[in-house]
Amino acid sequence: MSADFLYGVEVVLNGLMAGVLYALVALGFVLIYKASGIFNYAQGVMALFAALTLVGIMDGQVPFGHLINAIFGTDLHGFGWTVPAFAAILLTILVMILFAWCVHTFVFRHLVGQPPIILFMATIGLAYFLEGVGDLMWGSDIKTLDVGLPQGASLWIEDSTAFLGGDGFYGFFIDRLDVAATLVAAVLVAALVLFSQYTKQGRAMRAVADDHQAALSVGISLNFIWWLVWSLAGFVALVAGIMWGAKSGVQFSLSLIALKALPVLMLGGFTSIPGAIVGGLIIGVGEQLFEYLVGPSIGGATENWFAYVLALAFLVVRPQGLFGERIIERV
Amino acid sequence: MSALPAAGPEAAPSRPVLMELKNITLRFGGVEAIKDISFDIREGEIRAIIGPNGAGKSSMLNVISGFYHPQEGEVWFRGRRRPAMKPYQVARLGIARTFQNIALFDGMSVLDNVMTGRITHMKRGIFAQGVWKGPAEREEVANREAVERIIDFLEIQRIRKTPVGRLPYGLKKRVELARALAAEPKLLLLDEPMAGMNVEEKEDMSRFILDVNDEFGTTIALIEHDMGVVMDLSDRVVVMDYGRKIGDGTPAEVRANPEVIDAYLGVAHD
Repeated sequence: MSADFLYGVEVVLNGLMAGVLYALVALGFVLIYKASGIFNYAQGVMALFAALTLVGIMDGQVPFGHLINAIFGTDLHGFGWTVPAFAAILLTILVMILFAWCVHTFVFRHLVGQPPIILFMATIGLAYFLEGVGDLMWGSDIKTLDVGLPQGASLWIEDSTAFLGGDGFYGFFIDRLDVAATLVAAVLVAALVLFSQYTKQGRAMRAVADDHQAALSVGISLNFIWWLVWSLAGFVALVAGIMWGAKSGVQFSLSLIALKALPVLMLGGFTSIPGAIVGGLIIGVGEQLFEYLVGPSIGGATENWFAYVLALAFLVVRPQGLFGERIIERV
Repeated sequence: MSALPAAGPEAAPSRPVLMELKNITLRFGGVEAIKDISFDIREGEIRAIIGPNGAGKSSMLNVISGFYHPQEGEVWFRGRRRPAMKPYQVARLGIARTFQNIALFDGMSVLDNVMTGRITHMKRGIFAQGVWKGPAEREEVANREAVERIIDFLEIQRIRKTPVGRLPYGLKKRVELARALAAEPKLLLLDEPMAGMNVEEKEDMSRFILDVNDEFGTTIALIEHDMGVVMDLSDRVVVMDYGRKIGDGTPAEVRANPEVIDAYLGVAHD
């Protein structure tokens, strides 16, 4: 096989891995949108906030340390301990559940029945609020996140695929972190699908997504379900935050990945969990392949816009996305 | 007011009271939708609420199911005064309902829709469900069996896997009844179960309502426009007009009540 072709395959593989990360962010959007009709602009910031909190807890950082120091003239920085990754992740999950409760109780509970644009504006406000809180709580410097996931190129994959090519080919270069992210994402999606199909709460979630009145009449508490959905979205944000943070450090530009989730959602549909995954993979692969094949002849940097143009083309042909629910209405 | 007794002795002899509504008044702003209405629903009976459009029948049903909260009056259920409750809490007490304009989960299959009716019967926590084997699995199987019995009973086996959004109107009404029944309610509220149906569908629905009452002993309170149907189905009838109660008794008694004839039956009465 020619080296060019093999390199193309490697590009596709890496595109798939990148796509998994897009899909993880998109998944959080879908969860909330489906159950409450809220397009949560803050999903990316939630991923950032979760990652910041995780690093902060692991390093034993004092929350709001700068603020406390500034007000009381103290010199607090850290508790002087470190927390193991597993325990820190559990604590962060608790923080995200608490965050979900606050968001629902203080904001969206009072906006039930408002038009979607109002809800959307509220999430924009939430995004900036949360970014500010994250900054105030944990500081704004770039942090490294190491929860013990494997990092670096997989020598095993490289060695075992080297035979495919000739002299100039040393095997596929694949980051082990990407492989781990893919596995985690697969488990997460499987768990979410099982949860929504086969548990009482999952069924209630789907019911609320469909019809509020009917859900009430069978004994479902809307407030509980909305809290649950925001908690799940917070959990998904944490997973996405861990993966992105481990890959490129925990920094505030992390919140911008949320924007990449938009074309993913256009493709996959706003209401479909499998759609978010497939959409993410298509965007990931398309982006990398386009840059590899076409990029050099038009000056490169196509990753910045390719996803959006692809989404636009899709919107024209199939507005509900690949897996979005077609609205069936009998007349 | 009419000289009719509150409950005809031959209609529901010595049956215990399941729900009692005492002096209910409901206002929307300055409009009184319900004015000081009292009546009771006895165990095992089919109780109809009738009246012309805008009489406040649906409001009454919404008070019973907790969607509206009356400004005055008390709701007593199974011998206890019911405090102001949210609709989902009322559902958990064992009061199930259907809606005038059908409120189903259109994206889900018929089976899943009916399964949601069992939510009040699912007790296992999220962790037991995560483990799945053991208690959670037994519970799911038991619920599934109950649901299949109801699906058989209402003769909707053939459409069990169909998404509800694709069903014709008459079948949707039946699925909604199935979902309410799946909760094994102590009190079943039906808001115009036959509205918009053709004669054949109406006959089917009447038969199902009678069968449910017979076989499960379910107490039913229903609102209906079709007078013929109401008179055939119900044990006792409450008649409302402009938010007031103008009659209460067996179908025969209500038919003979001059005030009711004036307000409502005048044209249809033979």
